[in-house]
Amino acid sequence: MSIREIVILDYGSGNLRSAQRALERVGATVTVTSDFDTAVNADALVVPGVGAFAACMRGILEVQGDQIIDRRISGGRPVLGICVGMQVLFARGDEHGTEVAGLGQWPGMVEQLEAPILPHMGWDTVRAPASSKIFDGLADERFYFVHSFGVTKWQLNENTLDRQPPVVTWCTHGTDFVAAVEDGPLVATQFHPEKSGDAGLALLQSWVRSLY
Amino acid sequence: MGTTAAVSLAIRVIPCLDVDDGRVVKGINFTGLRDAGDPVELAARYDAEGADELVFLDITASSGDRKTMLDVVRRTADCIFIPLTVGGGVRSPDDFNQLLRAGADKVSLNTAAIADPNLLSQAAERFGAQCVVLSIDARRCPPGVSTESGFEVTTHGGRRSTGIDAISWAIEGTKRGAGEILLNSMDADGTKTGFDLQLIEGVRSVVQVPVIASGGAGALTDFAPAVNAGADAVLAASVFHFGEFTVAQVKQTLNEAGIPVRLMTH
Repeated sequence: MSIREIVILDYGSGNLRSAQRALERVGATVTVTSDFDTAVNADALVVPGVGAFAACMRGILEVQGDQIIDRRISGGRPVLGICVGMQVLFARGDEHGTEVAGLGQWPGMVEQLEAPILPHMGWDTVRAPASSKIFDGLADERFYFVHSFGVTKWQLNENTLDRQPPVVTWCTHGTDFVAAVEDGPLVATQFHPEKSGDAGLALLQSWVRSLY
Repeated sequence: MGTTAAVSLAIRVIPCLDVDDGRVVKGINFTGLRDAGDPVELAARYDAEGADELVFLDITASSGDRKTMLDVVRRTADCIFIPLTVGGGVRSPDDFNQLLRAGADKVSLNTAAIADPNLLSQAAERFGAQCVVLSIDARRCPPGVSTESGFEVTTHGGRRSTGIDAISWAIEGTKRGAGEILLNSMDADGTKTGFDLQLIEGVRSVVQVPVIASGGAGALTDFAPAVNAGADAVLAASVFHFGEFTVAQVKQTLNEAGIPVRLMTH
């Protein structure tokens, strides 16, 4: 069994170092790059993201990240989206009344959460279905969130799917929102596993192991 | 989806380390540390105790030592997998960017934001509000100074008056894009007589971003009142450094008071 080669997509979004170090800690070999072929062909791809939806989308499109992700998913090759890197996988983002197209891997809208205090910042619990692989053994753990936007309605019609329905994990801050999705090769978390201490490292380790 | 409590977000407990020229200053009195002055080693210690976040305050005045701080941030981010906020001497979006690239998750602005509030907007636009922390050193107005709230903003570690209303400044700072407020009571700082609850309530009631309460922690029983006054996170320095009590003990005390915290399960 060779060590898995993971590429972190470098499209100008901040603090890639933490994700890199966390993945290395759980045994992966990590390359940070925006090179198209390297990103398409890696054993796994991580799409990070902090800041604004529109800015992240611009950065991703500049490095043809939309095509990289499409090619990988159609070939069944793993992709992990983190924070805004998860949000951009949905169809649309709405920031302060302006709609921005997302990558459309899943239907649905990323919108501002309705909560008395924003950003949703800190360690929160999640509600993972029993079928979740990445939360296996981590059901009672807290994960570090920092975001003001999220997906409050899961809109995929699972009856029309010709594949296993996605596993959706929820969190609540003022309103219920999607905390994580496991959909075949496409996995995404709204929280930052690379900033979630031992629980986050355990989750990343589960994901890295699933690559074998 | 099952029913959940209205609030499940944990109240954060945050140790603060003052770093001067790459070394932690102020008294550090831990047993079992190879080198009590090494910020990376201390950060690892606090992480193991269950700290939810860490704050490094760069108290080095000269910009020449900025490189040293970047190296400390880099080395810490390489081995600590919890959020790290860095502040002190940040004067431009480029300073901000350098710290983020070195591995800081959030950067706090204080004096430079008072001198040029646009800095908050610029940083929020470029890096996102989630990593812009407005640090406010507030005190009750001394004789000769008057503000509407009775609290004023100070600079230079509480020694210099600005005459700016601390509560109004909190409002303006968040309007300009700060995603969090680090609220330091300069009256309570160092007294170990508890947090300034009136100050916390005053800021909490006017802003919608998380508020970190700082200054005055002296006993385990000081923390719950700060949370009940509206703090989303509690910060302390010397009580942790001197080993008077641990992060884990603070969390246990909060937990017993019915306040949600992240308890270490291993």
